[in-house]
Amino acid sequence: MSKLKHFFRSYTLKDLLTGLRITGKHLWRRKVTIQFPEEQTPQSPRFRGLHALRRYPNGEERCIGCKLCEAVCPAAAITIDAGPRQDDGTRRTTRYEIDMFKCIYCGFCEESCPVDSIVETRVMDYHFEKRGDNILTKAQLLAIGDKYEDQIAEDRKQDAKYR
Amino acid sequence: MLDIIIDFFIIGTKIGLILLPLILAVAYTTYAERKIIGYMQMRVGPNRVGPKGWLQPIADVIKLLMKEVVVPSGANKGLFLLAPILFIAPSFAAWAVIPFDAELVLANSDVGLLYILAMTSIAVYGVIIAGWASNSKYALIGSLRSASQIISYEIAMGFALVGVLMASGSMNLGQIVQGQEGGFWHWYWIPLLPLLVIYWISGVAETNRAPFDLPEGESEIVAGFHVEYAGISFALFFLAEYANMILISVLTALFFFGGWLNPFQGIPFVEDITGWVPGMAWLLLKAGFFLFLMIWLRATFPRYRYDQIMRLGWKVFIPVTVVWLMILTFMIKAGVGPWFSGRGVF
Repeated sequence: MSKLKHFFRSYTLKDLLTGLRITGKHLWRRKVTIQFPEEQTPQSPRFRGLHALRRYPNGEERCIGCKLCEAVCPAAAITIDAGPRQDDGTRRTTRYEIDMFKCIYCGFCEESCPVDSIVETRVMDYHFEKRGDNILTKAQLLAIGDKYEDQIAEDRKQDAKYR
Repeated sequence: MLDIIIDFFIIGTKIGLILLPLILAVAYTTYAERKIIGYMQMRVGPNRVGPKGWLQPIADVIKLLMKEVVVPSGANKGLFLLAPILFIAPSFAAWAVIPFDAELVLANSDVGLLYILAMTSIAVYGVIIAGWASNSKYALIGSLRSASQIISYEIAMGFALVGVLMASGSMNLGQIVQGQEGGFWHWYWIPLLPLLVIYWISGVAETNRAPFDLPEGESEIVAGFHVEYAGISFALFFLAEYANMILISVLTALFFFGGWLNPFQGIPFVEDITGWVPGMAWLLLKAGFFLFLMIWLRATFPRYRYDQIMRLGWKVFIPVTVVWLMILTFMIKAGVGPWFSGRGVF
């Protein structure tokens, strides 16, 4: 009996037709594609994208060269050299580099920073054109921070009460 | 002498009139395929080049034409470059006997059916030569798989066509269609239903389409027999594959669905209001449906395992066709239905 059942099942192509019905239905379903550059998915204020170094409102860079981020970085992507600054002798970084190929965007650097200097912005579509461009220097990171400071400050403010 | 030149010119023009729309149809079949599969996967498919992506196939063609043709070291250069031509020539040549309308056929041959069978199977040489001349193990494996698959399914396909031959009593494609004169219930798809299904599935297998696409088998052998091909030589394989898809769809419409005939023939009112539709439009509509079905299959089914393909071809299709041919014999001899009336002997 089960053999007979199997016979009819396979020769009437029942299983295949069931499958075709499912894909046939999906042909008419609403499409979920997001047309990326024009449309964007919503982002959280905690989004972890491209890194940036921030400044205080008076223009002084926040980073004090404590190297906590370098220590906590699980991918060893951050390299810091620190020393006294020429004019006022305060402790500053002389070199601050992030290798974006090593970075895993875990956000530990951001969390470990006592002065909210190193942060991750919401920028997630960027690229490098030459070999070596993947290593962001201190100047570049500060420039990114200057460019997105409004957004960064807004996001930190929203998240402040949970930190 | 002048007559011959003029004749050649006229025939050449006719060939051009068939092939140019065919190539355009191939280009837009690829577009339709990407769109439909995209829609079935809840994506939107290509929509960037031109309005709604309509220029996408043109962009693809330009890209393929501008790419370098790479001949692998150790490949047999002559055969390597000959293979795409051997593959595409038969798939174009088969169109010579396709009747697009009652009088619209390039070569009204009385052995059209045999010619089609011969042309669709001769393409396997292109595949084998491509695989062998590439000097690559993946290409060789892919071409062997393709060859065995084409040959296995050729038998079931041939048997299915024997059914058509018995039903119509003619090998002339035009006469096969004319034998189905009358409304859609006069067409051969009713008495030949199992043969239709087998012909269709074998056709899908012959064109190496999903779910029978293990000659390409991306996950195991990269792209099968055309791994080593790039640029225009790859484009020829691609073109031939899609031309074959369209050919199989058109043939199914011709053999089982009354080709250019109006489906509403003989229904008093509907026949009058659809009478103005040209025959070619009906043929294209029917073929278009089967083309859509082929794409639908690809969006639905996973790839068969190799032994399953061989089992299906040899142990299911061939016996079923043989059994149905016997049933068909009785049906014809008994003069069943609107199809074989007047041919009964009882």
